[in-house]
Amino acid sequence: MNTHLNRRHFLATGGALTISVLMPGEIARAAVAGLDKRPPLDPKKLASYISIRADGSAIAYFGKMDMGQGTDTGVAQMVAEELDLPAEKVIILAGDSGTSLNQGGASGSTGVSHGGATLRNAAAEARYVMLEIASKQLNVPMEDLVTANGVISSKTDASKKMTYAEVVGGKWFDTEVEWNGKIGNDLSMKTRAKLKDPKDYKVYGTSAPRRDVEYKMLGTDDYVVDIKVPGMLHARTIMPPRAGAVPVKVDEASIKDIPGAKVVFEKALLGVVAPKEWDAIKAANQLKVTWSDVPAPFPDQKDLFTHIRNAKVLKAGGSPKNVEPAKVEEAFKGADKVIEATYEWPFQSHASMGPACAVVDYQPNGITTLWTGSQKPHFAGDGVAKILGLKPEQVRGIWVAGPGSYGRNDAGDAAVYAALFSKATGKPVRYQGMRHEGSGWDPKSPASIHTIRAGIKDGKVVAWHFHSKAFDRLNVSSNESDPSDNLGAQAVGFQAKPGLTYGTPEESYAFPVKHQTWEVIPPFLEVMNPLRSSHLRDPLGPEIHFANEGFIDEVAFALGQDPVAFRLATATEQRDKDVLKAAADKAGWKPHTAATKTKKGDVVTGMGIAYAQRNGTRVAIVAEVDVNVKTGKVHARKFTVAHDCGVVINPRLLTQGIEGNICQGLSRALHEEVNFSKDNVTSVDWLTYPILDITERPHEIDVVLINRQNLPPSGAGEGSMRPVVAAVGNAIFDATGVRLRRGPFTAERLKAGMA
Amino acid sequence: MAKRIELNVDGKAHTIDADPDMPLLYALRDDLGLRNPKFGCGLAQCGACTVLIDGQPVRSCSMPVDAIGKGKITTMGGLVQNGKPHKVQEAFIAEQVPQCGYCMNGWVMTTVALLEKTPKPTDAQIEEALTGLKCRCATHASIMRAVRRAATA
Repeated sequence: MNTHLNRRHFLATGGALTISVLMPGEIARAAVAGLDKRPPLDPKKLASYISIRADGSAIAYFGKMDMGQGTDTGVAQMVAEELDLPAEKVIILAGDSGTSLNQGGASGSTGVSHGGATLRNAAAEARYVMLEIASKQLNVPMEDLVTANGVISSKTDASKKMTYAEVVGGKWFDTEVEWNGKIGNDLSMKTRAKLKDPKDYKVYGTSAPRRDVEYKMLGTDDYVVDIKVPGMLHARTIMPPRAGAVPVKVDEASIKDIPGAKVVFEKALLGVVAPKEWDAIKAANQLKVTWSDVPAPFPDQKDLFTHIRNAKVLKAGGSPKNVEPAKVEEAFKGADKVIEATYEWPFQSHASMGPACAVVDYQPNGITTLWTGSQKPHFAGDGVAKILGLKPEQVRGIWVAGPGSYGRNDAGDAAVYAALFSKATGKPVRYQGMRHEGSGWDPKSPASIHTIRAGIKDGKVVAWHFHSKAFDRLNVSSNESDPSDNLGAQAVGFQAKPGLTYGTPEESYAFPVKHQTWEVIPPFLEVMNPLRSSHLRDPLGPEIHFANEGFIDEVAFALGQDPVAFRLATATEQRDKDVLKAAADKAGWKPHTAATKTKKGDVVTGMGIAYAQRNGTRVAIVAEVDVNVKTGKVHARKFTVAHDCGVVINPRLLTQGIEGNICQGLSRALHEEVNFSKDNVTSVDWLTYPILDITERPHEIDVVLINRQNLPPSGAGEGSMRPVVAAVGNAIFDATGVRLRRGPFTAERLKAGMA
Repeated sequence: MAKRIELNVDGKAHTIDADPDMPLLYALRDDLGLRNPKFGCGLAQCGACTVLIDGQPVRSCSMPVDAIGKGKITTMGGLVQNGKPHKVQEAFIAEQVPQCGYCMNGWVMTTVALLEKTPKPTDAQIEEALTGLKCRCATHASIMRAVRRAATA
């Protein structure tokens, strides 16, 4: 086997242990840890979470992964803090079902708040166990021992000391721990130790460097696309020109001139394999296929929102804090005036930098290996086991850096395709999609309509109703353990199991009556649907808060109030007020009660604010935009971001993560809209699905980190994505007086609005 | 039909038998086993496959392997000389630019070519050189810092 596993982690420790050959199962686990044997992974065993190497450094086994935001570095700092080790002495071995428990993969910004917190407990327990052992060996009571930089010593007699390496180095902990019985994000374990007091933090708050940057810049380690297995075939899929059509006749002779190219055709699954990648691509292009005749699945794109408005409702729900609907209507009846607005948001694509790739080596009588760029390699491995008819323990899922990951993208499809093609051919298979599949067939973030009403009486809001009607948030589950969510599985007959759910805005505005509801409509196609919907970085956040925060501005102006003052008066949680005030102050907010429309030549400028919560994290953003009145083109020149995610573990990586979210959020605000014909998605590459260009970058992103030293970290992967669209929309209104209630804010749309 | 083709990649001569229309990207990745240039779009729209040919950035996904002639090909990995990364790589590392990093070949190789021609570029010149390259993780702020840093190194 010529494969690599997270070699960077070992390089990060100075190359003391480099692993370039890795085999599935027990041998690999032992090789990875540099030990002879590792006990089977079991959440009841401390050894499943952490070990101390012979040189006294630590390995934490992380059942999640890092997509380049530095999550693993942050987790290393959490573990290091409890172990009293420097961060660089903690290796994070991530995303491999052969070496780590299933902590849910990357999911909902929980890498640090959940995954890291569990490994922090494990580190505290490991330290506790080492103190117990040292106490006996040194004959010093535990309470008289202290730890620093991997050394345990007596408080009173400095000559009595042992290093971690001397206590347990190179051995597995044999300690039993109490865990909560939950697999996934919520997996946690208890420690007997008291966690470190925040006033004693040494590693938290420091900017330890990322561990994956060097190999990514020097090309010295594998991405998932680089995995090569002897005998491996390359595979490509052939997708129908009209969504919903299935192949009825395949002319295998049409590719007979391509060396080694073979067709895999099972039910509606159609692919080609070849020993050389280019031959597989050629074969996919050249293969003659007759497709079934089916009705066009989609409406005219200009009727998308009419379709949503008129579509039948499959499921409805709302905030648990909602009041009786009758009371809501009663409150509106008592109002002097009702303001109402409708906001609309299109489908958006993950459009990852490259189409997804996976390699599967199907071994029915041994361990089948999946190499995947998926955010959830454990679950993806379970899904591959199911599609192959294997038991979960017969498949090892290994995460290797992939071509971008912002939620439930096409990585899940790639894993299932590779598995099906490997089984069909009896060879290891590397599958990668083509660009039109990466953009055209990935699960999309759902198109939506948001209608908000505010009842006003005596100059105050007395009733508030936020209502969304939208495609399913989880037509495709974000968890990849059920193969039926994937195109390949659907092609061979699995039926989709839609989640039928949506969401509501997260903020702390208080009104006498506040109601937040949603309705979910059916997908255009039950299976094999290029407009199926799922999670895209900060699922629903940008669009829901575009509506909520846009309408807050509308109401503030209707009441003759300044947007910042109105928010400060209406938000009820102090931390929310703090981020609002911090962002406004830092940006030099000038209170106003109408669009300021400051004009200089052909350019009008404006400033807009928006804020949101996300699972405890709070972010306020002030956007400053220039709008060219002749072209309608928007340049979001500056962003000021106030960010409170509890304690700050790594300020530099947090700041860079926020910058990324601002720019990706801006891309979605200005450009991103999945276009489709009645037959299929027509946003299939970077010309038809444009994203932010370097020439459109904000010239300044000013980040204010509010560090709550005594609060646990609440996640930072997505929170700053949430208010970007709204802040830009509000700034455009301030510049132009035009309230865009449909995104994205393209030049054409704004020009039409200003006309 | 396959044809014998000679390639000079990162200072080494290689001979492969390949379909002359095959894009250079597959010669580099599949025949030579190099892992730097990535397949992003196959349409010369994103830059993830960028290499230098005689110092000029080229989208290897759209360049037929038979069209290179005697051109000297440099990949991102080949910028490392005697174990020392190129100053552009050093700047990108110092600024911790990449998130997923899949697009980095485009940004780095284009910046190398820019700084050869324009050692002290203005922000406008940097943007002019880099426009069209894609970064889906949207690390544009870090990219600008890194290019400025490389220009002053």
